[in-house]
Amino acid sequence: MAVLVRASAAEIEDLLGALALPAGEDLRQPENGLVMVRGRIGGDGAAFNLGEATVSRAAVRLPGGEVGFGYTLGRDRAKARLIARCDALLQTDQADAIETKVLAPLRVRIAAEQACRAEQTAATKVDFYTLVRGE
Amino acid sequence: MYVAVKGGERAIDNAHRLLAHARRGERAVPEISLEQISEQLSLGVDRVMVEGSLYDRELAALAIKQARGDLIEAIFLLRAFRATLPRFGATLPLDTGAMAVRRRISSTFKDIPGGQILGPTFDYTHRLLDPALAENSDPELPATAAPSDAPMPRVTDILGRDGLIEGSPAADDDAIVGDLTRDPLSFPADRDLRLQNLARGDEGFLLSLAYSSQRGYGRNHPFAGEIRFGEVELEFFAEDAGFAVPLGPIALTETQMVNQFKGSATEAPCFTRGYGLAFGQSERKAMAMALVDRALRARELGEEAEAPAQDEEFVMSHSDNVQATGFVEHLKLPHYVDFQSELGLLRRLRQDFEDKAADAPLKEAAE
Repeated sequence: MAVLVRASAAEIEDLLGALALPAGEDLRQPENGLVMVRGRIGGDGAAFNLGEATVSRAAVRLPGGEVGFGYTLGRDRAKARLIARCDALLQTDQADAIETKVLAPLRVRIAAEQACRAEQTAATKVDFYTLVRGE
Repeated sequence: MYVAVKGGERAIDNAHRLLAHARRGERAVPEISLEQISEQLSLGVDRVMVEGSLYDRELAALAIKQARGDLIEAIFLLRAFRATLPRFGATLPLDTGAMAVRRRISSTFKDIPGGQILGPTFDYTHRLLDPALAENSDPELPATAAPSDAPMPRVTDILGRDGLIEGSPAADDDAIVGDLTRDPLSFPADRDLRLQNLARGDEGFLLSLAYSSQRGYGRNHPFAGEIRFGEVELEFFAEDAGFAVPLGPIALTETQMVNQFKGSATEAPCFTRGYGLAFGQSERKAMAMALVDRALRARELGEEAEAPAQDEEFVMSHSDNVQATGFVEHLKLPHYVDFQSELGLLRRLRQDFEDKAADAPLKEAAE
C-alpha cells in the first residue's frame, strides 16, 4: 500500500491492465474527502491538529468475495479504486502476480527516485574543518 | 420601514468578466499552467496550503492562478473549498523523527548526529538579482554524494536524554484533541489549540510578533535547536478496513526553539522550548510559529505576560488572515444607511454647536 500511494493512477492502471484480472464491483463508490493531519507538540508529545489534507477512498469486492480498501492523499478517485482493487487481489491466488508485476516495478521506480534525492541531499552536508592559525 | 435598493447586477457581471480578462493578461503571452505554478512557484504554493490549512498542491496552485497571485485571496479560496468536503477523520500523529530529510540544520551543535544538511536554501545566497533568470534557464544538475544511513535524531531528543531540556507534554492518545474548526475559540486556550491556530495563522503577523518578542517585548531570544524539512509518511486508521493505512508522504518543516531556563525548588533548571510545524518548505513560518508558541507559554511557565506576543487572546484572535481580511475588506461594501445616520447625527451636533455659539454673545450682553 505504501508503494501504491506513491504511484500515479496511470502507472497502476498500465501495470494492472496488462494482467487481465477481474475488475470487481464498488462496495463503496470512490469518493473525495478530508483528513485532519495531526502533529505532536515538540515532535514527540501530545497530539495537535495541524491542518487538513484531501484524500480519496474506495472499496471494491471481487467476484470471489474478497474485499479491498483503497486510501490515498489527493483527489484522484480512480487511483483510490485501483488501490482497493490491488488490495483485494492481494488476498486471492493472484497475489504473486500483483506482487511481481505491479508492486515490484513500482518499488524499483520509487526506490530509484528516493535514492537520487538522498544523494542530492547528501551533497549539501557540511564538512567542518578547522583552520589552525599562528603557532 | 425598510426599503431595499436593488441594482448593480449588470455592473457586477461585467466587472467579473473584466476580472477574468485582467487575470489572463496579455493574450499573446502563454497562459501559466498549474504544473508551472506548483513546480516553479512552489514556496507560494506551500504558503497557501499552510494558511489555507489544506494540503493539496494542485488546488493551491489553482487558487493562486484564480487569485492572480494574491496569496491571501488564494488562501480564502482554499478555505472555502475545504468546507465542501466531508471529513473522514484524523490521521495518526505524524512522526517527524522518521522524516526523509531534505534539509536539517542546528544552530546549537556543530556536530549533530546525522550532520548539518543545507538542502535547497536561500541561506548564504548574496541576494543579488540574477539577470540570467530573465531568460529561460537550464541550471546544472545537482551534485550528488553517497548518503549516510546514520539516524537523525531530533536535537531536542539529544538534550532530553540528559534532562537538560524540558520534555514535551505527555502524549495521551485517548485525550480529545482541540479543534478550532469545530468549536469556537475560548480562553484560556490549551497548547494544542494554540498550535493549530498558529499553524494556519498569517505568516506576516506571526513574523512580526516573533520579531517583537526577540526585540524585548516578551523576553524571548532562543536558539534554533533544529530546523528540518522533508517528507513524512501519513497514516490513517481506516474504520472500514480495521487497520491503519498509509496515505502517502507529505512535505513538512519542523522547528524546535531552545529557550532559557526554568527551574524550581524541586526541579533542576532546564531549557524550555517552542515548537513550529508547517506544510511544505515553510521555514520562516515554522520559526515564527515556534517563537510565538514559546512566548504564549508565559502563563504556564510563570513569567510576566505583558507583551502582545504573550497575550493569547490578542494573538489567536488576530492571527487568521481570512478573518482579518474579511473584516477589513467588508468596509468596501455599501454602508449607505449607516453613513446617512452618522451624517444626520453630525448635522444635529453642528446645529447645536452653532445655536450655542449664537446664544453666547446675547448672554454676555445681558449680563
